[in-house]
Amino acid sequence: MIFSAQSKAFALLLSVGLVAGCSSTGGTSEDGGEFGSDVSAVDQEGGSTVYGGDDQSGVSSSAMTEEERMAAREQAEQQALREITVFYFDFDTAEIKQEARDVLVAHARFLANNPGQNVRIEGHADERGTKEYNLALGERRANAVQRFLIVNGASRGQLETVSYGEEKPAVMGSSESAWAQNRRVELVFE
Amino acid sequence: MTHRIWYKPSRTLLAVFALIFFAVTGARAELLIRITEGADSAIPVAVVPFAESGQMPAGDKVGSIVQADLTMTGEFRTLPPEKMLSLPSRREEVYFRDWRLLGQRYVLVGSLTRSGDRVQARYELFDVNREERILGETAAAPASNTRSLAHHISDKVYEAITGVPGAFSTKLAYVTLDTANGKPRYRLQVSDVDGKRARIRLESQEPILSPAWSPDGKKLAYVSFETGKPVIFVHELSTGQRTKVADFPGLNSAPAWSDDGRSLLMTLSKDGNAEIYRMNLDSRQLTKLTNHWAIDTEPSYDASGKGIFFTSDRSGGPQIYHMETPGAEPRRITFGSRYNARPRPDNDGKYVYYVHQRDRAFHIARTELKTGEETILTRTESDESPSVAPNGRMLIYATRQNGSNVLTVISADGGAAYSLPASEGDVREPAWGPLVR
Repeated sequence: MIFSAQSKAFALLLSVGLVAGCSSTGGTSEDGGEFGSDVSAVDQEGGSTVYGGDDQSGVSSSAMTEEERMAAREQAEQQALREITVFYFDFDTAEIKQEARDVLVAHARFLANNPGQNVRIEGHADERGTKEYNLALGERRANAVQRFLIVNGASRGQLETVSYGEEKPAVMGSSESAWAQNRRVELVFE
Repeated sequence: MTHRIWYKPSRTLLAVFALIFFAVTGARAELLIRITEGADSAIPVAVVPFAESGQMPAGDKVGSIVQADLTMTGEFRTLPPEKMLSLPSRREEVYFRDWRLLGQRYVLVGSLTRSGDRVQARYELFDVNREERILGETAAAPASNTRSLAHHISDKVYEAITGVPGAFSTKLAYVTLDTANGKPRYRLQVSDVDGKRARIRLESQEPILSPAWSPDGKKLAYVSFETGKPVIFVHELSTGQRTKVADFPGLNSAPAWSDDGRSLLMTLSKDGNAEIYRMNLDSRQLTKLTNHWAIDTEPSYDASGKGIFFTSDRSGGPQIYHMETPGAEPRRITFGSRYNARPRPDNDGKYVYYVHQRDRAFHIARTELKTGEETILTRTESDESPSVAPNGRMLIYATRQNGSNVLTVISADGGAAYSLPASEGDVREPAWGPLVR
């Protein structure tokens, strides 16, 4: 446990380039003084490829690899987050739930990186209460998501909101579970 | 006194409708009437089957339509004809002692005469205890339209007994929802108040909401999603002509007519938040009447025609507010629970009706404006869209029954009267039309 935690900390330090000048730690060679030329401990921990022997001309920098790896991992994570396009709300509120925030940040970053991508933000309410108030409530929810996306990097021109109120339930029925699934905002990428 | 009831042949309407993309006619989707209960205080009335001379049109008899009209209000208990001791059709044939024995307070008798393509009715209403005739009139209508003749007689009888004009000749607008070819099918329909003679005015795969009658009963304003977002249309019923009156960014919703029919209240969110506006329909000029970060919607003129009731969640949840004059500081009306919305005032300024949440259920309630006293009127639990009859005696609203949406009509003090389920699918968004003279 402790060893593993230390290694991870070390990997982290390495990846942000703070390892140079460190004193020797368990099994890591510092010869050549060049940062990252031989980082077997990290490699083992991090699982990146290490080339040994003098005949190897293209030794990859493990720090770079780690960055790429983390970038790839993050990209995969972001992509997985972006699979989620429906966000749920409590009755008569437009408050974005904690668990929705990371996902919406992922969408906002994606939109920031893809300025040609537009998205329609559809606000919905459950069947309880009145239709016209629910229409306004659905709009308030869509607007809350729109603001959140803008704050996190999307531009207003990419975003269009529409409220359907209680008119387009995701789930038919008059149960708590149906209502919970119908109080939602859906992102529709166009 | 002779009353004439004119009925425009549907042929001209059909021709006009065929030109309009969304408007559809021909198909009829009747509502089925289901009378749930009458009030304990119901007044016993005998509607004697009308005598007939000459060929009468097929279909429901005038007398039985009048009987059904009076029964469905819940205010009357009608005597089945088979229990009557005689079937008089004129004053000389009425033996008051017989009707007293049968426990009747009023007796309606009459006769129908066919002349050409018209049917004339002559009818008399008697107060059994006072042995007095309290109504005696004639009325005529085309033979194809004896149903309107019957509703007219019901109106007169109702007024003679209660002192309040009947609303049986008025119309209902509502929206039905079913599926066709796997797609939702929304239909805006107009029918008699008993659900009969329904006609489809608009059909769409997208939601239709909030129909509102113009004061002359000739137009409907409503919200249609046919363009992908809520847009307000005004629809001229006789021609089928539709005008898009509000298509601003965001919401265009909750239309409500002014008394003179020249402007509409509406909810727009073009400036980022749902606010109430008044639109002059001639100039299309807008006046902003609310200005608050909260949701302000569901406006309706009060009985004076000057002030406005509306829903706002400025207190944290939806509540009913009243502005004495447009733009004045609103006064909160409802305090009884955390959710009160969609106010609809009666015509004499006594009550405002609305959707009221109690525990987990949504009922229709009313508040007496003078005292602030609130009464819950319904026992059903998913109630929406109250609409008050123009005579203030009845109220229609949408609710759920056995898993589908139905319309229910109750007396304004809450006695259950009748429900109007759609023959297929759901029916919602009722709007009771005006008295048209």
